[in-house]
Amino acid sequence: MKAIKEKHSLAMRWCHWVNFPILTIMIWSGMLIYWANDEYSFTIFGHTFFRFFPDWFYHALKIPHRLAEGMAFHFLFMWFFTLNGFFYILYTLISGEWRELVPQKKSFKEAWLVLLHDLHIRKMAPPQKKYNAAQRIAYTAIIVMAIGSVITGLAIYKPVQFYYLTWLCGGYHFARIIHFALTLGYVFFFLIHIMQVILAGWNNFRSVISGFEIVNDTPKPAIQKIDKDEHPG
Amino acid sequence: MSTPDKKKTQKEPTLQQKINRRNFISFSTFTVLAASAYGGWRWLYNSPQEEAGGITGGAHKPLRRALNKTELFFRRLFSNNHLVKTYPRSRAAKNVRTNSYIGIEPSKKFDPAEWRLNVVKKGGEILKVSMEEIMALPKTEIIYDFKCVEGWDQIQHWAGVRFIDFVKHYQLDDYAKMEYVGMETPDKSYYVGLDMPSALHPQTLLAYEMNDKPITLPHGAPLRLIIPVKYGIKNLKRIGTITFSNTRPRDYWAEAGYDYYSGL
Repeated sequence: MKAIKEKHSLAMRWCHWVNFPILTIMIWSGMLIYWANDEYSFTIFGHTFFRFFPDWFYHALKIPHRLAEGMAFHFLFMWFFTLNGFFYILYTLISGEWRELVPQKKSFKEAWLVLLHDLHIRKMAPPQKKYNAAQRIAYTAIIVMAIGSVITGLAIYKPVQFYYLTWLCGGYHFARIIHFALTLGYVFFFLIHIMQVILAGWNNFRSVISGFEIVNDTPKPAIQKIDKDEHPG
Repeated sequence: MSTPDKKKTQKEPTLQQKINRRNFISFSTFTVLAASAYGGWRWLYNSPQEEAGGITGGAHKPLRRALNKTELFFRRLFSNNHLVKTYPRSRAAKNVRTNSYIGIEPSKKFDPAEWRLNVVKKGGEILKVSMEEIMALPKTEIIYDFKCVEGWDQIQHWAGVRFIDFVKHYQLDDYAKMEYVGMETPDKSYYVGLDMPSALHPQTLLAYEMNDKPITLPHGAPLRLIIPVKYGIKNLKRIGTITFSNTRPRDYWAEAGYDYYSGL
């Protein structure tokens, strides 16, 4: 029999959907800023495999010569990004939902099994509650990354007033590299996330908007037939 | 036609009805919020630019308001005790980067020997200071990481008189109680506005030496501003005039869409 099962709280859904456009704007305006000194590349033993970013990429997204504009957007939406994240963390702590989210000891072992299962290598996925082991790791990592973005961001935004943050991030250069790498991390997360959401299907996706899932509970009969051969204890 | 019977026999909604109802509410709320978020974004993205001729310009009006509000927040954290990190001499760059020639273009006629620093005082009185007088003041040097708004940085070695020492020596204390300092090149084509706390920061220099040698023309000879608590755009080369005011002095890059404060 079908039944409604509550899944995502309103606060979680709100934070999730508010974050999506804000993070998009932060990444876009961040690229407008990065363009003015685009020194990063993927280079191993002197061979450059990929330059961040190729010209076609900049032109396709109309990135060049918009540093001032990028900064103006970035330094407005940083407030919303930080406040929304702060509210989400506060909520998960107060509501106790962090227990469903934070990886457990077994999560790191189980995450491999989840991965093998998702890749159709292993048939059975380990039993889970709201989130499986891989989700626990991913959804906690994304929060740690967000905190990292705020800290490295402040470290390069006000390296004098927040000199201790700059020091903590390994200096101005390294802070900027981490800030950039975390952004690549978000894009990577987004790609996997979208793929998983598509694979998980409508019921799962809907729950992030409406809050509930429809589950098929096979009701247990009130009177159980007992086979003569069996002797239930 | 009335149907009184139907009302009486209203049943508990079925599961499917419950599901439909909740789906309807949540999805329509989601759609309305998403549409208004998109509308809000379009509004901001297409919001009018600041009017030309103002102290700041080149930015969307709402974004400029946000920059100014954000400045007020971060100014609270500013402290003279927050010093810019300094480095040993060996770390200083030999080839110091010249990023811009605005206001000091090589094509422009300029004779450093005839140069005087003009400090505009009340009532239009102008204090003229020569290079010899400035060099007679206590010299302070700094080797620090110069940061450009573009994102690059370079460890550089500068020396000169601290602005605070200059102010004290010329008894400009009353002027230092005002809110802003303005500095301009002699040809008035590059100009910066500085909030007083940043200008009086103990690491702010009127610099005349780079790597122990007199500053060269491309780097702002004979006297330039080195203000480590600001991005490079505020580090005016070849200072011609210094003014004091309680309103924001004009600022070259703030007119082009950059944050007026540009503090680090």
